[in-house]
This record gives sequence, C-alpha cells and structure tokens, in this order.
Amino acid sequence: MSAPAQAAAPARFAAGATVRVKDDWPERRGPCHIRTPHYIRGRTGTVVRPLGAFPNPEDLAFARPAPTRTLYHVLFAQEPLWHEGKPGDTVMVEVFEHWLEEA
Amino acid sequence: MPDDIPVPATHDMGGIARFHCTPVEHDEAPPDAFGRQVDALRQVLAGKKLMTVDELRRGIESIPEGEYFALGYYERWLRSIALLMVEKGIVEKDVLP
Amino acid sequence: MAAPPRADSLALLDRLMAALQAKGVVTPAEIAERQANTDKASPETGARMVAKAWTDPAYRALLLSDGKAAAEAMGVSMAGAPPLGVLENTPTRHHLVVCTLCSCYPRAVLGYPPNWYKSFAYRSRAVREPRAVLAEWGLNLSDSVEIRVVDSTADYRWMVLPMRPAGTEGWEEARLAALVTRDSLVGVAVPAAA
Repeated sequence: MSAPAQAAAPARFAAGATVRVKDDWPERRGPCHIRTPHYIRGRTGTVVRPLGAFPNPEDLAFARPAPTRTLYHVLFAQEPLWHEGKPGDTVMVEVFEHWLEEA
Repeated sequence: MPDDIPVPATHDMGGIARFHCTPVEHDEAPPDAFGRQVDALRQVLAGKKLMTVDELRRGIESIPEGEYFALGYYERWLRSIALLMVEKGIVEKDVLP
Repeated sequence: MAAPPRADSLALLDRLMAALQAKGVVTPAEIAERQANTDKASPETGARMVAKAWTDPAYRALLLSDGKAAAEAMGVSMAGAPPLGVLENTPTRHHLVVCTLCSCYPRAVLGYPPNWYKSFAYRSRAVREPRAVLAEWGLNLSDSVEIRVVDSTADYRWMVLPMRPAGTEGWEEARLAALVTRDSLVGVAVPAAA
C-alpha cells in the first residue's frame, strides 16, 4: 500500500497475530479524541496486516507534536461483538498499535 | 446504569441501540450551497495549515449531545471550524453564537 | 431528507466568513475555486477504475496494492489525499464500508458522500446488522458469503472492488464502467448486467 510510511518503530504485530484491544475509556478521564470505536475495546481480533505508520490522531486533534504509530487492519468476528449476527460475518477496523496488546 | 459500564461518546455510534429501528433513508440529495461552502472552507483552512481534520473531528465531538443530534452534518462541521478559529486566536470570539 | 440549515447556522457562516476575510485569512475566490474543484469529483472515477481492473490484470494488481497510485494512473490528482485502500469482493466475501465515528469516505474517487452514508442510522446499524441493512435496500446475500464490514476509523479511505457480473464477457471498459454504481463501490449493492 502507498501508506506514507514515515520512519517509525517496526510493526510489533505481524499478519495473523491474535491481539486484544485495550479496554480503556479515555473519554472518562477528560477531553480526548480517539479513533478506536467503543465496540471493539476489550475484544480479541486478528491482525490482517499492518497499514503503515501515521501521526497519532490523538495528538493531532489537539495540535500537539504527534509521534507516528503503526496502524493495523484488525479483523473481529461479528457475532461475539453484538451477540447477534451470522457466524462467519466479520468486522474489520483500523486500530493503532498503542491500543493493541498480545492476546 | 452502574458506574463501571462506560457509555460510548455521542459520535461513537457503531451498534448503539438508539437507531436500531431506524431505516436507512435513501437520501441522494446533493449537498446544498451551505454545505458545499462549509466543505470548501474547511479545505482552504486545512490547506493553509490553520486546522487539521483531526482537530475538526475533536471539535465536532465536543458538541453537546442534544445539539449533535439536532444539527445537520455540515452545521456540526461549521460549529467545529468556528470554535477552532476562535481557540487559535484567528478570529474574535464574538463570531460564536 | 436532510433538513435545510438553521437560520443560526447560516448566520454563523456569514459571521465567520466575514471575520476570516477581514483578517485576510481567506478570500471568497479561494472558497469558490476549492468548491468548484470538489464538485468535479464523482463516482465515475471509481467506476472507471473498477472497469479497468476487470479487463487489465496488471491494473487490478496495482489497484489492490496501491489504490492511490491506481487513481493517479487514471489521471486523478491524489496530492494531499489520504491513502486509498481497495477491498476485493469474491464469491465468498462481500465488503461493506461504513464510518461509525464520523463519515470517512473516498471522496477523491467517489465525490461527496451521500446523505445516507452520513446518517446516524447507517453509521450505527451497518456495523451491527449489515444483513438487515442490505436486505432493506434489496440486496440479499447468500449465507455462504462472508459479509466483512469495514469500519473506516483512521487514515485510510476504502473503496470496494465489486465482482464483474456474468454475461459481460468481451465488453469494453466504458460499457463495463456504466454498470458500476456508487452504491456498489461502498458495498450496499452489487453490479448487474441489465
């Protein structure tokens, strides 16, 4: 992909890695801007692939210096997220590395 | 609701119950003159490095829930752009409602 | 339908534009020029890219590996645009694009997002009950097809590469492109040979 892959730390997770999204709720601590939707927090998914590195939007939103972070496409089974839906259907979300931990 | 079940932010809409029974209306109307002007204004200000799309989003997300749902799409953009221009000291705050 | 802007919003835009002009920050000509440029983007671009990918394996490979370069190869200026990712539908996988947090949309190749894409109902429901949303719009996919909802949450913009419909063998690119609707590039429809 033509991600404007800026010099950043090498991607911590490879395609196929099982990852857990941090169960963190910064919106309870004060003003913030985050791109990790609520419905995947605390959930386990699979890395589809790294998408390159981008300045952290959590800093850009407040015009702060923004270090680059690796962005991943992470795949989740749909049914466990909602307790409804057809098994086999999935949701794929762009998630920054600092929101992910090994699972 | 117990305190330990976090409530998603207003804009964080994936899967929320509020619109569970609302059909997706086939609205194909093109943006009106107001929307197109706000859209162009955002692009011009971004091109001049006076704001980023991330700041735009943060401003939209700060709109109180009642207004967030009451305002149209580009009305929310405009609220955010105006707030940012005041916050950055580019225009005076008497611009705001 | 989307309501017209409120009087207080029109007044706010007037005040903000007047203040920005008074400070020498923007001119009406700049706004008009940018608006004219934005108005030119349309789903015909995405449709041409798809039709070319259906007929040219090398272009298909480029489209799937680097959407931005593939758009530029069609003469679209992508300077300053976010990266464009392209998602390939197959007989066993159908992609549906949504942005639950705002309304991220591949505007460079599809133009302005339609109102329904920005609607609260689409943003909340597409990710949770995609089959119900698609069925309401007349698209009933087989249970053997995985629906992969793509929540456009960060720096990429996503476009779907739909499957080429049966019965279009030998068609020229322009005729194929006419089959590719905006909806099929978002994933709420699939192209069909009439």
